[in-house]
Amino acid sequence: MNKNTVEIDFHPELELLRNRTETLRSLPAFDEKLNETGLHPLTPTGLDILQVNVGYMCNMTCKHCHVDAGPHRKEIMPRKTLQHCLDAYDMGGFKTVDITGGAPEMNPDFRWFVDELHQRGAHVIVRSNLTILVTNPKYRELPAFFAERGVEVTCSLPFYNRVTTDRQRGEGTYDRSVEALKLLNDLGYGKDGSGLELNLVYNPAGAFLPLPQQELEADFKRQLRDKHGVSFNNLFTITNLPISRYLDYLLRSDNLNDYMVTLVNAYNPVAAEKVMCRNTISVGWDGRMFDCDFNQMLLMPVEAGDSNATYIQNFDTETLMKRRIRTGQHCFGCTAGAGSSCGGSLA
Amino acid sequence: MSNSYYDKSHLAKFGNITELQEKLGTKFFDYYNAVFEGGELSAREKALIALAVAHTVQCPYCIDAYTETSVKHGISEPEMMEAVHVACAIRGGASLVHGVQMMEQAKKLTM
Ligand code: SF4
Ligand code: SF4
Repeated sequence: MNKNTVEIDFHPELELLRNRTETLRSLPAFDEKLNETGLHPLTPTGLDILQVNVGYMCNMTCKHCHVDAGPHRKEIMPRKTLQHCLDAYDMGGFKTVDITGGAPEMNPDFRWFVDELHQRGAHVIVRSNLTILVTNPKYRELPAFFAERGVEVTCSLPFYNRVTTDRQRGEGTYDRSVEALKLLNDLGYGKDGSGLELNLVYNPAGAFLPLPQQELEADFKRQLRDKHGVSFNNLFTITNLPISRYLDYLLRSDNLNDYMVTLVNAYNPVAAEKVMCRNTISVGWDGRMFDCDFNQMLLMPVEAGDSNATYIQNFDTETLMKRRIRTGQHCFGCTAGAGSSCGGSLA
Repeated sequence: MSNSYYDKSHLAKFGNITELQEKLGTKFFDYYNAVFEGGELSAREKALIALAVAHTVQCPYCIDAYTETSVKHGISEPEMMEAVHVACAIRGGASLVHGVQMMEQAKKLTM
C-alpha cells in the first residue's frame, strides 16, 4: 500500500453533513431518495471517462474550490502513476481521458502525458483555470500545444463580469481569463468548423443553484462576444458540492442548512439516473481510484474488494463494473434541479 | 406553528396554496411562471423589476427570492440598491405628489 495514503472509513465532512444540526438530521438520506426512485444501490453503467487528477497544486486558491487546491499543495501524480493510467486506458473501454487538478498544467509530466494519450488516439479533455495559460512563457505555449493535438479545453470562468469573477477567484482573474480566451480563439478554439472545442464551466459564486444552463450559456455568449469578441462552444453549469473549501464557506456564512434543504428539495430522479460516477473513474494523485472527484476529496475510494484493488495499477474492468458507487449527503449536489456533472447539467 | 407572523420556511411551501382552490392556484402559478420567462424583456430585467416591486410591497419572501434571482443573474449589489432607490423614489414621489392636492385644497378652504 502507498505509504502516503490516508486510510479513512468515514470522512468528518460526511458526518457533519448528516448530523451537524437539527435541520440536517431531519433531511432524508441520499440513499433513501435513491431508493424511492428505484436507483438504489447506485451502480455503474459503463467505464467511458477516465478522469485523472494529476495533482492538487494550483496557481490559484479559489474560494469555492472543492479540491482545496493552491500553490501550497505538494501532491503531484508521479510519472509512474501516469503510466499506470495509460496502461488502464490501453486495456480498452475508455472513450475519454479527462485531465484535472489543481492546475493540471503544473504537473511536470503533463505534456508527456498528453502526448502519450494523443499518440493513442484518445479523446483528451484538459480542465484549465485559464489564468495559468497567461502566467509565464512556459505556459503561454500550451494553447498551441493543445491545438496541435486536438485537445478539448474546458475552462472555468465564474461569470461574464469582473466583479463576480474576481470575488470568487481573486483580483485580476477576469482580465487574465479573457486574455487566455483570446489566445485560444486566435488558434481556432471555440470557432465553428475548427474542430477545436472550447468549453466554459460556470459555478455559482455563492450559496445558490445555477440558472438553467441554456439560458446562462446564451447570456455568456452574448456578453463575451459583445464585450471582448470572445467565442466558445458550450457552457457547463456545475452545482457546488458541500465539501471542502465550499463547505467551509457555507458554515462561515451560516448557509449550510438552507443550502442542503435547497439541494434535497430539488432532488431530481432524472438527473440521479445520469450522475457522472456511473460512467467515470476518477484517479487521485497517488493512484487510487474513486467514483468521482468529490469522493476523492472525501477519501472514499471505489468499493472494489481489498485495498490493492483500488489502485489504478490493479485496474480491472470487471471488478469495477460490479461495484456499488459510494454515496453520501454531498451527492444531493449532483441531483438537484437540472443536475450537475463535469459535463454540466444532466436533465 | 411559529410565533412570528413571517416564517422563512413558508416560501418553500408557497406551492401548497393550491391545496385549497386548486384551479385558481394552478392558474396563478402558470401565469406567474409565464411572466418570468424571457420575452420582450430579458429574465435579468424582470428580476430587477421584481426586486424593486418586492421592496415596494415590502414582502420579505419576495425580497429574499428576487435578491437570489438577481445574484444568479450576476446583478451586483450596487445595481440592486439602485433598483431599490427607484422603488423608493416612485413610492416617495407618490406621497409627495399628493402634496399638490393638499396645497390646493388648503388654498380653497382658507381666506
Ligand atoms: S477551483 Fe480550480 S483554479 Fe481554483 S483553486 Fe481550485 S483547482 Fe485551482
Ligand atoms: S458526488 Fe460523486 S458519487 Fe455522489 S452522485 Fe455525484 S458523482 Fe456520484
